Amino acid sequence: MKKKLVIIGAGMASGRLLEQVFEAGPGAWDVTLFNAEPRGNYNRLMLSPVLSGEKRYEEIVTHDDAWYAAHNVDCRFGEPVVRIDRANRVVYSGSGGAPYDALVIATGSAPFVIPVPGRDLPGVVAYRDLEDTRAMMDTAGKDAVVIGGGLLGLEAAAGMAARGARVTVIHLMGHLMERQLDPAAGYLLQKDLEKRGITVHCKGATKAILGTTQAEAVLLEDGTVYPADLVCMAVGIRPETRLAVDAHLEVERGIVVDDALRTSDPHIFALGECVEHRGQLFGLVAPLYDQAKVLAKTLLDQEAVFAPVQTATKLKVTGCDLYSAGDFADAPGREDIVFRDPGRGIYKRLVLENDRITGVVMYGDTADGAWFYGLMKDGTDIGPMRETLIFGPAFQGGAAPDPMAAVAALPPEAEICGCNGVSKGTILEAVAGGACTLDQVRACTKASGSCGTCTGLVQQVMALALGGAVADAPAGMCKCTDHSHEDVRRLIRSLGLKSIPAVMQELGWTSVGGCHSCRPALNFYLLAEWPLEYQDDRQSRFVNERNHANIQKDGTYSVVPRMWGGVTTPAELRAIADAAEKYGVPMVKVTGGQRIDLLGVRKEDLPHMWADLNAAGMVSGAAYSKGLRTVKTCVGKEFCRVGTQDSTGLGIKLEKRMWGSWTPHKLKLGVSGCPRNCAEATCKDIGVVCVDSGYSIVIGGAAGMEVKETVPLASTPSEDEAIAIILAVTQLYRENARYLDRVWKWMGRVGLDWIKAQVVDDPDNRRALVERFETSQSVYRRDPWADLSTPAETPRWAPLADLTLEAAE
Amino acid sequence: MSPFIDIGSLDDIPRQGARVVKTAGGCVAVFRTLDDRVFALDDRCPHKGGPLSEGIVHGTAVTCPLHNWVFDLNTGTAQAPDTGQLQTYPVHVNAGRVMLDTSRHQNAA
Ligand code: SRM
Ligand SMILES: Cc1cc2nc3c(=O)[nH]c(=O)nc-3n(C[C@H](O)[C@H](O)[C@H](O)COP(=O)(O)OP(=O)(O)OC[C@H]3O[C@@H](n4cnc5c(N)ncnc54)[C@H](O)[C@@H]3O)c2cc1C
Ligand code: SF4
Ligand code: FES
Repeated sequence: MKKKLVIIGAGMASGRLLEQVFEAGPGAWDVTLFNAEPRGNYNRLMLSPVLSGEKRYEEIVTHDDAWYAAHNVDCRFGEPVVRIDRANRVVYSGSGGAPYDALVIATGSAPFVIPVPGRDLPGVVAYRDLEDTRAMMDTAGKDAVVIGGGLLGLEAAAGMAARGARVTVIHLMGHLMERQLDPAAGYLLQKDLEKRGITVHCKGATKAILGTTQAEAVLLEDGTVYPADLVCMAVGIRPETRLAVDAHLEVERGIVVDDALRTSDPHIFALGECVEHRGQLFGLVAPLYDQAKVLAKTLLDQEAVFAPVQTATKLKVTGCDLYSAGDFADAPGREDIVFRDPGRGIYKRLVLENDRITGVVMYGDTADGAWFYGLMKDGTDIGPMRETLIFGPAFQGGAAPDPMAAVAALPPEAEICGCNGVSKGTILEAVAGGACTLDQVRACTKASGSCGTCTGLVQQVMALALGGAVADAPAGMCKCTDHSHEDVRRLIRSLGLKSIPAVMQELGWTSVGGCHSCRPALNFYLLAEWPLEYQDDRQSRFVNERNHANIQKDGTYSVVPRMWGGVTTPAELRAIADAAEKYGVPMVKVTGGQRIDLLGVRKEDLPHMWADLNAAGMVSGAAYSKGLRTVKTCVGKEFCRVGTQDSTGLGIKLEKRMWGSWTPHKLKLGVSGCPRNCAEATCKDIGVVCVDSGYSIVIGGAAGMEVKETVPLASTPSEDEAIAIILAVTQLYRENARYLDRVWKWMGRVGLDWIKAQVVDDPDNRRALVERFETSQSVYRRDPWADLSTPAETPRWAPLADLTLEAAE
Repeated sequence: MSPFIDIGSLDDIPRQGARVVKTAGGCVAVFRTLDDRVFALDDRCPHKGGPLSEGIVHGTAVTCPLHNWVFDLNTGTAQAPDTGQLQTYPVHVNAGRVMLDTSRHQNAA
């Protein structure tokens, strides 16, 4: 009698297994095939083309009824197996049993469903089978939300968008497909998806699916709501192991198999996404086909060993060209080669280890993917071709990427000179009209004739038109780029760049993740330019700004609460004293900025201490920030016998308007009540000296490594106008200065006259500057500890683990 | 017995950041890069003892927060012109858990 082979699951892996078994050992086994889906095997990978309308279901069926009949397969489709009786070697479905000599479990994966309220509502689907696909095909003209920006989620999103749905993708991580792509490639992908009308929301955590009888919307933790007639959850899969667990087979994350695909029961085998082999799970078909080959041999009593090879990923969305393969994770000794062509939206990255390729990421031009993959798989020594490797097989004399690409890509209407509203097109016209030196361009267009910070860009546009080199281009802002600070700021504005990866890609950064000089600068430029859209990147900040405290030489921190204008109360002093005692602060010191410093605080105590200080109504003094520090005041006319105005009051008003704001360097203010100047206002970045007739505003002072006396900016009889001028000049400094230039340095670059023209002589411009400052403050006038001393955040300030005890054992 | 100890979840370490593990021989900084590689090195800068776990992580390098020396996370070597060497420790991620081997440390201690 023929031996009986029972297979649970008619999927991609078991389909391939049957082909192999029938071919290599015709007649060896009598096969019974159970499947939970009411159909036989079809090409699951091709569901996406079915969804988008590029293919019909009939075209993706791999094994039809005739094939099963020709091989005498007893098909039990639509009959999920519910139990395995190992003792008697029988499996049971709802409608009866089937005895086996050998059993193959090939149940694939189950989609992971995030446990949020509303997940069981009609209209919430996964993306795994034909039923899911059909539900999604029916979304034309409707709102759809896809949760999960990985391979599957994006194919679902693009498919529905192609059907005419309004699609939003919600992704938990900072960029799409973070498992396969780095941020630069993720950014390019997002841009391409947005071009086809898909909304992408990264760093979005789903809180609930709303609706009563049917899904209606998706609510995120940050409060955003997206309407949704259909919600597709594509957040991941886990091996479908339930039958194996119930049968007490050895199961870790997947069903554990040996190199011959045998489970802990010698009569039972497992195959496909449901297995775990040497600690590894599988989510792509290539290794599953190898498994099928091995298992077919095992079943025909031949020796075979399964050894997985690395696999490559491609996203099956027409027009999004990406390729990723190999391993980016977790091994010392690796280096990167990066190539960016911003003009054409191309990004390539190779990860090397000992002159061997271990990983490839490509976006925009993936033609060489297979070649790199081959080098990687064969472990080819790429040492000899390292210099030109990234340019691919056809190109062994590779030209360096073009530093002018970003400028070349600017549209003619892009504004180059903000002061005089001169566009790229106007400069090109001037050059075409015969202007070939900077002075000539300046004379006929006014470009770079005012603050002068756009000079580098103007020169680049000229060079583009003249085809020549740029005359004394300003130095690049760091070793990662040839663009100067000013150029980077302008290009962020005119190209509408809203993330660090976007800047690095579009401006052709030559490093993978920037360096410690450009990252903090870019983070500031982006938050100053797009206060409402850009999200501050803590990991791109210096330690003090990341931890909202000044680090000390021994790794402890100092805590300085704000004391508005240097004025305090007994209650505040009591709260400070309590905190100092409670956390054993080694030194309490009055600072040179009219407030109190608690020095020597341990990092893990910071959030607790701040919870206490916040509760007493105090906020961070930002004594660590490139931002507003102190507003020093004197007692003024309220108490002082010679005071002319309420300098204390004005100082407090200024500090209350300006606290929390980030600036290119630290910003200190002082307000003195009379020219005796007890608040030292004339050596502050911005100062006010009160006089009988009103307020004299001075700027550009400092008393640090270089002592600078201020120069007069404006005089006004009105306190309100004084405040407006100060806010306006602060905003101008924020928008215009190089990162780490204090006001006096910036003033030296752009000239006092230019600053005056912007904020004193032009009231409309002043108003606009103040408005932009206030817009930014609507986000940043907030104590950082309100978000950082929460129960969820507090543990992150302590060590991750304490192994001192283990060592003692 | 495996010398590797489960010190926590990969998610507990911020990308381009680090967390500290206390050991009998001093603190070890466990770094996570943008692409989820992990590295473990002494948390004491050979210059003046700066806590490297608080430095800015870029590529596979970290800049000391106190005086900007730059160290290669792979080798623990300071970038020229500075010279210095940090002890590195074997570390890897298994099923989302970070596994650290500090036996080098304890032998030395
Ligand atoms: C705490 C304080 C000293 C004190 O005990 O009084 C102080 C402490 C530090 N100052 Fe200061 N400065 C303090 C008032 C000043 C003043 C006086 C003032 O603000 O009226 C000045 C001169 C005025 C000026 O800024 O122009 C001052 C000029 C500097 C400079 C030089 C800046 C420059 O442009 O040259 C630095 C270095 C820097 O910022 O790059 C600096 C840097 C520092 C740092 C942050 C060093 C560092 O980078 O870690 C010190 C932090 C110590 C700590 O751990 O807390 N500190 N520092 C004062 C805090 C004031 C506050 O309440 O916020
Ligand atoms: C939309 C989509 C696109 C994809 N694109 C790609 C791609 O481009 N490249 C790539 O490599 N991979 C891709 N994949 C992944 C690939 O499809 C899977 O790796 C592969 O199908 C897994 O094969 P399998 O046989 O293990 O499981 P499956 O193909 O899922 O088959 C398992 C079968 O078992 C059945 N079953 C489960 N439990 C029982 C039970 N108790 N009783 C009876 N039957 C049961 C299920 O109904 C299912 O039919 C994609 C997947 C999807 C969903
Ligand atoms: S002057 Fe300022 S920076 Fe220098 S030691 Fe004193 S506090 Fe530190
Ligand atoms: S302590 Fe690290 S650079 Fe000085």
